[in-house]
Amino acid sequence: MVDPGFLASLLASSIRAGTPLLYATLGEIITERSGVLNLGLEGIMITGAFTGFAVSLATGNPWLGVLCGGIAGMLLALVHAFFSITLKANQSITGLMLVLLGLGITGFLGRNYIGEVAFYLDPVKIPVLSDLPYIGEVLFSHDPMAYFAVILAAFLWFILFKTRYGLEIIAAGEKPEAADSMGVNVDRVRYFSTLFGGFLVGIGGAYLSLAYAKLWTEGMTAGRGWICLALVIFSGWMPQRAILGAYLFGGLDVLSFKLQATGVGVSYHLMKMVPYVVTIVVLLFSVIRKRAAFGAPAALGIPYVRGKKE
Amino acid sequence: METLLEMRNIVKRFGNLVANDHIDFEVRRGEIHGLLGENGAGKTTLMNILYGIYQPDEGEIIFEGKKVRFRSPKDAISAGIGMVHQHFMLVPRMNVFQNIVLGYRTPHDPLINQKWVEERVEALSEKYGIDVALYEVIMNLSVGEEQRVEILKALFRDIKLLILDEPTAVLTPQEVDSLFYALKSMTKSGLTIIFITHKLKEALKVTDRITVLRRGKKVGTVKTSETNERELTRMMVGRDIVLDISKPPREFGKEVLRVEDLWVKDERGNYAVKGVSFSIREGEILGIAGVSGNGQRELEEAIAGLRKVEKGRIILDGQDITNKGVMERESIAYIPEDRIGVGLAPSLSVLENLMLKDFKKYRKGFFLDFDEMEKKARELIEEFSVKTPSLHATAGTLSGGNIQRLILARELSRNPRLIIASQPTRGLDVAGIDYVRRRLIDAAMKGAAVLLISEDLDEVFQLADRIAVMYEGEIRGIMDRKGANYEKVGYLMAGGLEVTA
Ligand SMILES: Nc1ncnc2c1ncn2[C@@H]1O[C@H](COP(=O)(O)OP(=O)(O)O)[C@@H](O)[C@H]1O
Ligand SMILES: [Mg+2]
Repeated sequence: MVDPGFLASLLASSIRAGTPLLYATLGEIITERSGVLNLGLEGIMITGAFTGFAVSLATGNPWLGVLCGGIAGMLLALVHAFFSITLKANQSITGLMLVLLGLGITGFLGRNYIGEVAFYLDPVKIPVLSDLPYIGEVLFSHDPMAYFAVILAAFLWFILFKTRYGLEIIAAGEKPEAADSMGVNVDRVRYFSTLFGGFLVGIGGAYLSLAYAKLWTEGMTAGRGWICLALVIFSGWMPQRAILGAYLFGGLDVLSFKLQATGVGVSYHLMKMVPYVVTIVVLLFSVIRKRAAFGAPAALGIPYVRGKKE
Repeated sequence: METLLEMRNIVKRFGNLVANDHIDFEVRRGEIHGLLGENGAGKTTLMNILYGIYQPDEGEIIFEGKKVRFRSPKDAISAGIGMVHQHFMLVPRMNVFQNIVLGYRTPHDPLINQKWVEERVEALSEKYGIDVALYEVIMNLSVGEEQRVEILKALFRDIKLLILDEPTAVLTPQEVDSLFYALKSMTKSGLTIIFITHKLKEALKVTDRITVLRRGKKVGTVKTSETNERELTRMMVGRDIVLDISKPPREFGKEVLRVEDLWVKDERGNYAVKGVSFSIREGEILGIAGVSGNGQRELEEAIAGLRKVEKGRIILDGQDITNKGVMERESIAYIPEDRIGVGLAPSLSVLENLMLKDFKKYRKGFFLDFDEMEKKARELIEEFSVKTPSLHATAGTLSGGNIQRLILARELSRNPRLIIASQPTRGLDVAGIDYVRRRLIDAAMKGAAVLLISEDLDEVFQLADRIAVMYEGEIRGIMDRKGANYEKVGYLMAGGLEVTA
């Protein structure tokens, strides 16, 4: 039998562990929707995590940390945008470069921050609701950024499908020449989406160090960036579906700790593998199913050059 | 009538190729102005310059009396110009509504005012008789419907000038008629239209004036009421072309191809070819008439070796080649209907495409003898007049007619025993059609057996020695050209059964 108390605390921490994934996944969804493939999430996230931590430590303001984490992510995304949109370079290579860059720089700059204690985002218990048995713990005792992530997903869904900006982003990712011929500035839309995406990924990183782990260690993203790339596919490039995916993967992450703590005889290492195995399965699945049917933007990863004959 | 648009001295180069060579082009308010020219004449390029997709290397544009410079389609749209491209610019996964409002600021922007859009589209549909299903996804539309969306998309933006690039190429005759009707009603409400085509009859039917381009140069502008097919042809091609090709009488030799009780399935696993039998002799052209989709594609692919034969036999020069590989089919030339998908490798160069089937011949130790290959390719390009910027240009960038010449060059130069030619002149201009037909007859004269599959009855009657009609996977009668007439063939094409056995 599963103990309801155990279940409630598992679900609650799934949400906490899933929130950084959710931010990063939402960011990448917007980026990819516009036709830009940014494989650099791992590097952007770790940069956001470090910047957030360092700023919070320096200023005593974790909120400023989150903001600066986002801005750092945006700056890295700017590099990607410049190479892939302005120079029309190979997007995969630039993305992978960002991973190395992010991990390298934070590893170097972060040496002196290991073991430091910064100011963190604290949970806010919502009055009355948080006192509900179990449900209160699962749904109503998180920090504001966790709630905001869900609102953001809904907001992005609205932007994508109900506003002119959204149509422009989707068209730029599906058929840029069509967008261009209707007067949409494809490069500008792609720049904006890539920068905004990088901002959210950076925030995801900052959340990791300032709210979830509450510490800084080198390489602390531990593959989450890659998982988010799979989550984008898993959610079919739909912001609202990213919520479920992120919490699910957050849950898998947490489960490995919890099971170990309760002494279930499953190898820790085996459990740690689960998210990656699921990632591989998701990727395989998406390859097997037809691209169009599955929902990848048709022009994803393809630079746009006006008037080019194919 | 006052002048709406003037393009002066426009020059556009792509590498060494001069696509527009000092072109002057003038359009008057309220007219339908035909822009006529063969494939590759530079029509699309000129209009892409007007629409801001390309920047001219020289020349200027005057629109509504003002000198303008369009740096992007956005500029052209805000000046009041709309363009329906030759290859449609619709986002397949969005619906009609979304495609129409894409990039447009409705009241309450950036929100999309659904009701406002619906009303506006409704009004336009009514005014011009253009119907669309607003919430259907583009992927599910027919080409005719897609085109209506494209036109509405342009009209939605309050334009003064509408450019239509080869709008009839993809339409059925009925759709062409209703398009022309809509165009006329647009000019009545003050719109000006540039109508690009390479089809003389259409230009004569719907335009007020016609400007003819040839090889990037302007030949002249004429009033439609004061010209005729003959004059336009001469302007387009630079000489008179009579689509009357005489075939010298000849003796047919031994049997080259024999197909016995052939059964072939389509993609969905249903039988598309049901017990077809026929044979072709040396020097003979067998024409298969019929509406597309009656098993022609499956039949030709089975013979070409691209599709599995379920039952029956294919015998080539006495050898059973049923379900055998390409080695046994070396002596077959295949000119497929789908030129870009099957006929060539669009991302490879002209040279590579020409040599695609002959690489083996040019082995030099471990390497290929590129000098020799280039020499041969140059000869072929010369012989078949393939117009290309260079041997190393990507084949996919050639115009339709030149792609077909490229395929002909490769296939016919290998001295085939059997030629399968499927819709060989579809989408080509007059000169191209003439050329391809002459080549096929030429090949037959040299002793090849030709299987011609065509929807174009004129073509079948002009080329074939015997005519077979295909209907729902069966051959509904094979007759001598001499004993055939349009009525009889048309009757069989529509599913009628042959009266006499
Ligand atoms: N983007 C391009 N790059 C290189 N060559 C081009 C490009 N666009 C057109 N051309 C070439 O310019 C010539 C004119 O083409 P086009 O304007 O499309 O002719 P038309 O529309 O009259 O058939 C052709 O030879 C074509 O191959
Ligand atoms: Mg054209």
